[in-house]
Amino acid sequence: MIDIEGLNKSYPIGNSSLHVLKGIDLKINEGELVAIMGSSGSGKSTLLNIIGMLDNYDSGSYKLDNVPIKDLDETKAAKYRNKFLGFVFQSFNLINYKTALENIALPLYYQGIPRNERQKVAQEYLKKVGLADWAEHLPSELSGGQKQRIAIARALASQPKVLLADEPTGALDSTTSEEVMDLIKQINNEGKTILVVTHEQDIANMCKRIITLKDGIIMTDMKTK
Amino acid sequence: MIFNKDSWKEIFDTIKKNKLRTFLSGFTVALGILIFIILFGLGNGLQSSFSMFFTDDQVNTIRVYPSTTTIPYRGYESKRQIKFTNDDVKKIKENFKGKIEDIVIRNTFYTQFSYKQQANGYQVRAVSPGHKEAEKTIIMKGRYLHEGDILNKTKHIVIGRLVEEDLFQKENALGKYIHENGNSWRVVGVFQDEGGDREERNLYVPYTTEQRMTNNDEVDQMIVVYDKNMSYEQSLTLEKELDAYIKNLKIISPKDNRGIYISNTGEEQENSRQFASVLQIIISFIGIGTLVAGVIGISNIMVFVVKERTKEIGIRKAIGASPRSIIAMILQESIFITMISGYTGLVVAILILNSIGDSLMDKYFISSPYIETSNAIWATIILIFFGALAGYLPARKAAKIKPIIALRDK
Ligand SMILES: Nc1ncnc2c1ncn2[C@@H]1O[C@H](COP(=O)(O)OP(=O)(O)OP(=O)(O)O)[C@@H](O)[C@H]1O
Ligand SMILES: [Mg+2]
Repeated sequence: MIDIEGLNKSYPIGNSSLHVLKGIDLKINEGELVAIMGSSGSGKSTLLNIIGMLDNYDSGSYKLDNVPIKDLDETKAAKYRNKFLGFVFQSFNLINYKTALENIALPLYYQGIPRNERQKVAQEYLKKVGLADWAEHLPSELSGGQKQRIAIARALASQPKVLLADEPTGALDSTTSEEVMDLIKQINNEGKTILVVTHEQDIANMCKRIITLKDGIIMTDMKTK
Repeated sequence: MIFNKDSWKEIFDTIKKNKLRTFLSGFTVALGILIFIILFGLGNGLQSSFSMFFTDDQVNTIRVYPSTTTIPYRGYESKRQIKFTNDDVKKIKENFKGKIEDIVIRNTFYTQFSYKQQANGYQVRAVSPGHKEAEKTIIMKGRYLHEGDILNKTKHIVIGRLVEEDLFQKENALGKYIHENGNSWRVVGVFQDEGGDREERNLYVPYTTEQRMTNNDEVDQMIVVYDKNMSYEQSLTLEKELDAYIKNLKIISPKDNRGIYISNTGEEQENSRQFASVLQIIISFIGIGTLVAGVIGISNIMVFVVKERTKEIGIRKAIGASPRSIIAMILQESIFITMISGYTGLVVAILILNSIGDSLMDKYFISSPYIETSNAIWATIILIFFGALAGYLPARKAAKIKPIIALRDK
């Protein structure tokens, strides 16, 4: 599903540049649940953003479902993101003036799906994340865990091939974190490929495979249990 | 995309849920249009007051007044008082046949008139019938003086609207007699005049009647009415010819600047035309200024709006919004708001202008302010267009930035 070879990424800092990813080789198959670990600044988010086409890379190759992803213009990147990827962020990133249901339906709007159908699909995913009764609530009226579940429902609504989550539990307490991870595992069990960035060992342990980054290279890559 | 029903629904949703933002940009546009139209309308009102003042009297006339000479000439001493007579008028008429249409005679005197208990002093103009045209007198009831009055030297009188009010109170003056020094005059007409109150306190009598009563054939003032189609330059030439002819007739030195006094109303017309065009330029400047201020206002708000929405734009892009759809979203919203509020401002401003009416006339010389519909609509279109442009530039910038950068916002 994901095929990365010799990936490099630098950020320009003033006159010099900061080499963040230094030759990443990574293959992820369909249906995997992978945790990406590493200390702060090791390049986890950078890697995930490149996979998510939110950012571009300098050299190497990256194929998503056998489609080479390189130097996409914004229009094309938007189309691929909409078709292939779902994002879950640490800070939820819900649109604050839209209700839970409207937030979930939004990716479908950009797929050009008619309103009625959008509502129906959004309802379905709302039920799936256990928040059917919260459809008309604004994000400000929801708890952190609830917000993250809405975000997950939104990421799933467009039926992406891969779900990318950058510290999805970073802003949640441990019980809520566990609930959110249970939901992620359940979705993975239904066959979705999922990448989770975390620096919590407990969270990583709930995944099937753990990759550890250090200073922009993959240190360890192992299956759990 | 622009005409997609679904995208409009999305816009309305956004507008409904972001009331402050909607209000701010809408208010700016409405205010811009409002101020523009009101200023422009007031300017127009000012302008029409001025042109009203200047066109109170007929424009194609040359007025000739007798005065005293300052240069001795052909045996005459200086300081000689010149007097015109009926004979002079006849001679001038004959000499300038074809160039001039009429010479209106006007002699002025002041006297006391009474009716029943009411009495008051008024200026009386003893005139020939052509005076009606020259002064643009408007008959409200009855008639003006006619040739019959002149020939028969009748004691018929035409009185101003305010004279009727003064002397007759609520009574109808037509057919009644008013009295002056043992003479009784029959009121045959009541007039109004755009020249204002002073004009409407005048009275008109046949000049022949006045000449018989004073026992002479003198003429105080000649109003020479020339062909309407004459150009301004031609009228100046005529003025010179008249001056030369009359000076010769009355034996006044051609070098004497006095003796007779000549004034061409075409000149006034020319002056007022120039004044009006200066006024027009000032009004246009004010108009363009307010429009520019309005455009700057919306531009600032649009920059602010887009800045405020940076994070939202990042989110939308992360879940698959194309740059085009982002631009369309912001543009549609801003055009929609500017259109609705621009239209509201337009309607409110026109209502205000209409309600002002003539209420500012006395103090500020602004008579019924108005704006040409086409100007008002153009101003609105310009503001909407620049509002859209002002939204487009920051929207395009926002649509171009990478979603991760936009997401990092705030
Ligand atoms: N846009 C950027 N411009 C410059 N430097 C950047 C940029 N984004 C990230 N970096 C730098 O790249 C390095 C890797 O950042 P990254 O966000 O990938 O780390 P991370 O592993 O996700 O850390 P954390 O656990 O704190 O989220 C850091 O040193 C960071 O300062
Ligand atoms: Mg990170």
